[in-house]
Parts: sequence; C-alpha cells; structure tokens
Amino acid sequence: MSSSKQALAHSATSADAAPGTPPGAARGAHGRGAPAGADSWRSRLYRWDMKASPYAFVAPFFVLFGAFTLVPLLYTAWYSLHHVQLSALDHQTWAGLDNYRNLLSSDFFWNALENTFTIGLISTVPQLLAALGLAHLLNYRLRGSTVWRVVMLTPYATSVAAATLVFTLLYSWDGGMVNWILHFFGVGAVNWRESDWGSQFAVSSIVIWRWTGYNALIYLAAMQAIPSDLYESAAIDGANRWQQFWHVTIPQLRPTILFTIVVSTIGATQLFGEPLLFGGVSGSKGGSEHQYQTLGLYMYDQGWIIGNLGKASAIAWSMFLILLLIAAVNLLLTRRLRKSR
Amino acid sequence: MTTSELTLPATKPPRAGRRRVMGAGKQLHAGPVTYVVLTVFALASLAPLVWTAIAASRTAHRLDETPPPLWFGGNLFKNLETAWDQAGLGTAMFNSLIVAGTITVSTVLFSTLAGFAFAKLRFRFSGLLLLLTIGTMMIPPQLAVVPLYLWMSDLGWSNQLQTVILPGLVTAFGTFFMRQYLVQALPSELIEAARVDGASSLRIVWHVVFPAARPAMAVLGLLTFVFAWNDFLWPIIALNQQNPTVQVALNSLGTGYVPDQAVIMAGALLGTLPLLIAFLLFGKQIVGGIMQGAIKG
Repeated sequence: MSSSKQALAHSATSADAAPGTPPGAARGAHGRGAPAGADSWRSRLYRWDMKASPYAFVAPFFVLFGAFTLVPLLYTAWYSLHHVQLSALDHQTWAGLDNYRNLLSSDFFWNALENTFTIGLISTVPQLLAALGLAHLLNYRLRGSTVWRVVMLTPYATSVAAATLVFTLLYSWDGGMVNWILHFFGVGAVNWRESDWGSQFAVSSIVIWRWTGYNALIYLAAMQAIPSDLYESAAIDGANRWQQFWHVTIPQLRPTILFTIVVSTIGATQLFGEPLLFGGVSGSKGGSEHQYQTLGLYMYDQGWIIGNLGKASAIAWSMFLILLLIAAVNLLLTRRLRKSR
Repeated sequence: MTTSELTLPATKPPRAGRRRVMGAGKQLHAGPVTYVVLTVFALASLAPLVWTAIAASRTAHRLDETPPPLWFGGNLFKNLETAWDQAGLGTAMFNSLIVAGTITVSTVLFSTLAGFAFAKLRFRFSGLLLLLTIGTMMIPPQLAVVPLYLWMSDLGWSNQLQTVILPGLVTAFGTFFMRQYLVQALPSELIEAARVDGASSLRIVWHVVFPAARPAMAVLGLLTFVFAWNDFLWPIIALNQQNPTVQVALNSLGTGYVPDQAVIMAGALLGTLPLLIAFLLFGKQIVGGIMQGAIKG
C-alpha cells in the first residue's frame, strides 16, 4: 500500500514542473505536508472521480430508461385525459375523465377485461402445473440433462408471431392438424376460430406452448437450491417420493411459485400478439364476436385501427392499475408467507 | 452412498433398507417412466417447429387437404425464396439483425456499468434508484407506445429503424441482473486494490469489472438478443411493410400480405431460424442464464 502511494507522489512531483499549476494549490499542499504541489490536484481529481463516477455509470441507464419508459408512462396518463385522434395528432383537447367514463360504460371494455381474465386463467394454471411436473422430472439425474433442458426451452426461441402463424394453421377448421387428430377420437371438427371457448382455448394453448419450458427451468433452479438433508430427514420419517414432493418440495418452492404466478399474471394482462394474429385479417377485433379480444388487443384496436389514442391511453392506464392491484395482493401474500414461517 | 445404490431405478418400490437413498430425491437416476414422459414433453415442444418446416416444404393447395402432410415435400427452397423476396423477409432479417444487435450491445454495456455502480459503489439515492429499477421492471409496453408514437411522428421518424432501437437501448431487467451477479462475483478487495494502485474508475471498469462480469454479460447478451428479435407490439406500430423487422413482416403475412400458407410457414421458419441456431450453439448458456436469473430474482 505504501509503495503505491509513493508511486503516486512520485508521478505528482514530476507533474509539478508542468506550467500552469496554480502556486496557491502547491503551497496549500505543502502546508498539509504533502510531498508535492500537484498532488492535491491529483487527489482532488481522485476524490472527484470517486464521487462522480457512480453517477456517471448509472446515468446512461437512467437517462434512456427515464426517457423511454418512465416519462412515457406519465405522458400516457396525460394523454388519457385528452382527446387525441390519430387523424389530427396536433389537435389535442382536454377531456377530463371522459375517456375513462367512456370505457366503463363500454361493453367492449368489460368484454375485453373478462376475456383477458379467462384466457389468463386457462393459460396460466395448466402451464404452471405442467412446468412444476416437468421440473420435477428434469431434477432427476438424466442422461444428457442439458439437451433435455434446451429442448424444453426451444418454444421460447419462437416469436409470438411465428408461433401464432403456425398454430393458426394447425387449428384451421378444414384440414387442420388438430381437427384431423381429434377425428380419430370421434370428435367432430371444432371451429377453433369462431367458437367461444374453442378460440380462447386455442389462444391459450399458444401461450402454454411457449412458456411451459421456461417456467419449468425456473422451478428447476429453485428445486436444486433445496437442501438435500430436508429430503433425508423426510425419508427417515418414512415419507415416500410423492409425500416428499408434496411436503418438502412444494413448501420450499412456495416463494418461487408465487413469483411465477405474478410474472405469468402480468404477462397474461398484456396478452396481445397471440390473439391479434390468430384473428387473421381482422385480428384486432378478436374474432367476429370479440370472443378473444383481450385488453391489449382492445387498446391497439381503439388506438391504431379506430384511431382514438386518448382512449387507448386510458385502456393502457387501466391495465397499469390492474397490475398495481396484482402487485399489492402479491405483497400481502408474501408478507403472510413470511409470517407463517 | 455406493454407486450401485445411486443407479437404483426411480420406479422401483422403496424397500425398508433403501429408504435413505430414495430420500435424496434429487440425486436419483431417472427411471424409464421419467424418460417416456420427458420424451412426450420434448415432442410437444419440437413438433410444431418440425411441422412448420414440413408445411413450408409443401404447396398451399396441399395444406388445404385432409389429412395434413406429415412428411416433407419438395417445395421448401421455392417457398423460402418467395418469403425472402416477396414477403420481405430478406430486408426484415437484415433490419432485425441491426436492431437486435444494437440493442444487445447497448443493453449489456449500460447494464454492466449501472449494475456495477449499484453492486459495489456508494452514492446518494442508490437504494432509492435501485428500488425504482426493480419496481418498474414489469411495466408493460402498452404504457409507453402512445407517447412514443406521438414523439416519433413529431420527429418525422415514422418507419425508420431508430424508432424501434431507441426505446430498447436499456432494460431494467438487465441492470438488475448485472447487479445481482456482480454483488457476488466481484470481490470488493479487487476494486480496493486497484484504487490503491491509483487506477481511475474508468480503468477499474475496464480492467477489473468487465473481466469479472464477462460470463453474465454473455448470458444477458443472449437473453436480450432473443427478446429484441421477438419484440412485437412497438415494432408493428412504429414500422410497416416498407421497412420491416422480422416480426413486422410476419405480422403482415398473418394479415394476408401474401395469402399462400406454405409461404407463410416458410416465413415463420426463416424468422425463427437465427434464434434456433443461437439455441443450438449457446443453449447451455441461455438455460443457465434463465436459471440463474430465477434464483436471484
């Protein structure tokens, strides 16, 4: 340590000869017993560097994040209180709560909210249950364990758009793969695009396909972090595999399960690309009867198809309020979970 | 535990003497049933992708017929060519490469800098700023697109790539991910030692932080690239078929831009291929990154 300080002082001495060093600074440094004048300039630079560099390091992130995420969030709230039309962007007039009132009295809004909830439920629940089972299997000592994991994750590499185009074809009424397979089981052709539950199921299945492997990996990571002596003591108590899974694995995974529920719920709230592309040419309507029009889809439809950006902003903020509600519930549950331990 | 006990098949009923071994559930070898069920899951994961390739190798006419094709036909390259030229997948792939590449470099760089500051440096409001970062990690894109659209039209940027690059340059997830990694992976003594040697903060970042962060930077880069390549909502609002990214081109296909199902499947295949190759090459790292993020997040 001392040798390096020496080195610093040494370089400072040589810098002392440089023209333009304020004499006062040099004297001040001598007064404090420093070996050379420019040392104070150096140490001031050093101290300035220590102080300022953390801000310099976080600045690019916060400037960009602020400009393109936080500021727009607030502006969306502002626009939701205005009449903003796509056809006349410069002409914005104050609307007060008109856009929100308009929403609450619109059947389409409530329909979209209900669809979002239903599709969210039938995509999230089977997905997480399957992921839990899959993670349990992946947790065994497997031949080629990495290969299995990568294979389970490949749907995640497929974009929403690509996956939906493929599934739409698989679900086509006439000559589609799904209906063809079903006919072996004596099930008549289902009109996946037009029927109520059929279309919602089809849209959900795309979500389930894309995310089950991803969630399984998250559960697997949590399972591997469970201390093995918990299993050993359970085994000593005579618990079989199933009981161990139920009484050791599941309770240990509880925070992770809560985490995945929250993340999946947030994902379900903003569901958009799947129903849009599943609907084909008039996708933003979410089917002829709006049977799979989600909130995200409704927002896009109102904003960029109908051209009412003020109303679209109000829908976006309604989604945000729903998410805040979910976050609050999550916080409550987490607290309870901690207390119960 | 002896080796013979370790290889005990998982499906054998536990005998009294073996209970202890059965207990260490996670160390057990998988039995045949496990492999069968896993194979079913694997088929379910891969079948739609394989069938995409099958459909892309057929004609639109054949795809209308029952039963649907179960094996490859001879039209793959013709359909890929049509998708590349007429559906604009060629331009789209090039654009997506620029967009996702720029976003990846920028996200990794700025996330590492900010993550390092949050993990190892002391400064005012650091706790508050970190909380802000975590708290806003899950804000849906819907909350940004209306103002972004209005600003970009004001600037006269509609249909230009910077409209989709700029909003993606950093993510809250990236910063949090790097922070979590560096808290553990970067010993504070290393930074102290560098400071004592008189290194400036910039030198420390270059010679100490970046080398220590490299594995996490690679994983974050992969995850960011996948995310940016597949990003959907804002690109389809900001761009159109004149200058599309891959997802914009696929969206056009879905809304009848080229009404040939075999070509549409060829487009879906083309647009996914780069990521499938990435998964083939770096699958292990991507899996590791997701599992790592899960434990710490």
